[in-house]
Amino acid sequence: MTETLLLQFATAILFIPLVSFLILIFFGKKLSKKSSLVGLTLIGSTLLLSLIIFFTKLNFFHDATIDYTFTWVNFGSSEITIDLGIMIDNMTAVMLVVVTLVSFLVHLFSISYMEGDIRYSRYFAFLGIFSFSMLGIILTNNFFMMYVFWELVGLSSYLLIGHWYEKTSAANAAKKAFIVNRVGDIGMFTGIMILWSTFATFSFDEVFHGLSLGILPFDSTAWLTAAGILIFCGAVGKSAQFPLHVWLPDAMEGPTPVSALIHAATMVAAGVYLVARVFPLFTADALIVIAYIGVITAFISATIAMAQNDIKKVLAYSTVSQLGYMIMGLGVGGFTSGFFHLVTHASFKAGLFLGSGSVIYAMHHVLHHHNDHHTDPQDIRNMGGLKKKMPITFWTFLVFTLAISGVPLTSGFLSKDDILAGTLAFSDLTGHTLIPIIAFTVAGLTAFYMFRLLILTFFGTHKDENRLNEIHESPWQMTTPLIIFAALSFFFFYSPSPTSASDGWFYNAIEKPESVVPENVSAASIESFEEAVHHNHGTAMFLSLTVAGLGILTAFVTYYWKKINPEKIMNTFPSLHRFLSMKWYFDEFYDRTVIWFTMMTAKVLAWFDFKIIDGIVNGVATVSRITANGSGKFDNAVVDGLVNLTAYSIGFFGLILRTVQTGKVQSYLAFAIVGALMIFFFFN
Amino acid sequence: MSLVVSLQHFIFVSAILLSLGVYAILTRRNAIMVLMGIELILNSANINFVAFSRFGGMDVNGHLAAIFVIFLAACEAAVALAIVLNIYKQFNTVNVDEVATMKD
Repeated sequence: MTETLLLQFATAILFIPLVSFLILIFFGKKLSKKSSLVGLTLIGSTLLLSLIIFFTKLNFFHDATIDYTFTWVNFGSSEITIDLGIMIDNMTAVMLVVVTLVSFLVHLFSISYMEGDIRYSRYFAFLGIFSFSMLGIILTNNFFMMYVFWELVGLSSYLLIGHWYEKTSAANAAKKAFIVNRVGDIGMFTGIMILWSTFATFSFDEVFHGLSLGILPFDSTAWLTAAGILIFCGAVGKSAQFPLHVWLPDAMEGPTPVSALIHAATMVAAGVYLVARVFPLFTADALIVIAYIGVITAFISATIAMAQNDIKKVLAYSTVSQLGYMIMGLGVGGFTSGFFHLVTHASFKAGLFLGSGSVIYAMHHVLHHHNDHHTDPQDIRNMGGLKKKMPITFWTFLVFTLAISGVPLTSGFLSKDDILAGTLAFSDLTGHTLIPIIAFTVAGLTAFYMFRLLILTFFGTHKDENRLNEIHESPWQMTTPLIIFAALSFFFFYSPSPTSASDGWFYNAIEKPESVVPENVSAASIESFEEAVHHNHGTAMFLSLTVAGLGILTAFVTYYWKKINPEKIMNTFPSLHRFLSMKWYFDEFYDRTVIWFTMMTAKVLAWFDFKIIDGIVNGVATVSRITANGSGKFDNAVVDGLVNLTAYSIGFFGLILRTVQTGKVQSYLAFAIVGALMIFFFFN
Repeated sequence: MSLVVSLQHFIFVSAILLSLGVYAILTRRNAIMVLMGIELILNSANINFVAFSRFGGMDVNGHLAAIFVIFLAACEAAVALAIVLNIYKQFNTVNVDEVATMKD
């Protein structure tokens, strides 16, 4: 196994999903039912290659970075070129497995979930182009390709959210996702351009190298901070961070497996991956911004998730909240823990979404059978008591819920605990105590709303006994992925110890990179941060277990034993409940500010167009018409008059003269003779 | 007064012939008659040629011109008669007054 072979495998991984897309988009109609098999086989082969790369990389090239770069564009004689290339480091190897595994299992799940869909093959084609773009983001070694694939991911997300575009809400959600993402992408683009104008290269390594030599954008650390925050804007859009998080909950209009793949496990994690990838260039100030954005996001969406009743909406807000956690983890300097949470979250959140998909599938079939089109199959108030009927779904869902709540023995516990320790360390080092306080609160809230969801869905009694009797477990294509994800949610895949991940292969493989920014603006050094984390590890574990336990207990007291009536609390604080269930009025706020402003600007511009521009054009037209009329009249009267006058006068004289022309030879002769005589007479 | 035939006599005769010819052309309605008038005019010109040749001291130049004119007159008569025949065929008359299509 050589490096070249690994690079060839990586290239194959990148392009196989594209091949899948091309085959399915062109021959999908012919393949119809077999489309899913084509997609599944091809993505399965990328999973296999990814596993090979993963094990080879970690076993034989543990500390190496395998890199391949070629020049794509050469701007003539100058030194400026645009290079493309791929690289494989440990982060890439891990992400390759995460993405291809989730993608493979989602393909498998979709086979029966999407059965009978009118655009079955197109669905799998779009999954293919999504996998292609996501793998591009992971494999690239430069900002340029990163940006290109970034946009491609946005496109495929748009296509998949709008899969059922006949529904207005789905079409709108797709547009919203696309436009909101674009807002973040403009920031990212600007950030990349700041770096390009300084270093004239897109390569991560060359930019970092330039920075470590002390070259700064426009010779100012402020510009470096700005570049960092602007690049982070891309992550804010794609990872649905405050204030651009509004698109992700709406994106749940797409098919549920898509939500699992794109809007839970992979695409939204791209933002986190981006932050991790360019981590060395963030200054301390930029990292503080990142940490605060993360913590604000985590808090806002956790509170919203408590008041939602749609199973997918709860999961969506929980995703936003967990993404906030990852971003916060990176922001406070816990590089490995933030990235670790991305990996563990990918498996249990994808599992949660697929589990909810399994529930919705079952509910939908029964409701469809009953010809009931009024009951919402996604509303958790219509569920309950599904535990006995869907045992596999229930048990796996329980594992995922334990993992996301941070209960020991799960992978979520390891990563979450480490992030929380990181926040404590951060507040020790910098004094930002608000971050750990909110972070722990959010951990409690997460445990609460996730158990609320679990209890309302699977425990208790179902509203309609007849309906419950008909509900049954989903087919094996849907339960197998759940079981695999559930298995991956246990600690032993990541670390030998259930309490700390620092001895596991993951922490060995993913090490926090050295910062390349000048020392006076860089965050705390790796050593001092590690020490602070170590110091706070016990506290963090104790606190996180306490808040998670409290959250779970409250959920059980309220929804299982029903000691507390949630309705009563709701009625005590009606405005708070409305505030939460209306999602902090973010959409309304944007409606009344950004969208209103855009619409007003558009209206003013339209008015300007219609009145001023059109007025000028019409005025010019009127003036030319009048001029043309005048000139036409002059033409008709004077010019034509003169011409006609000439013609008439000639005609008139002709009329006179023609009387001489009698046609009689003899009179002509007489004229000739008289004429001749006159000539003699006059000229003799 | 001796009866010497002088140049004036010739010119006088020629002038009378010319006048008669012109008169014939202008007054006759028959195309043949008009042609005959033209012949008269040509012959008056011939008399002038010969007379001027004789009295002007020029060898036979005038005579040759006269002979040319006679040739040409013959040709002209042939062509003209052909035209007249055609006119007759076309209009069924040789009356030049009625052949007035040139007017239109």
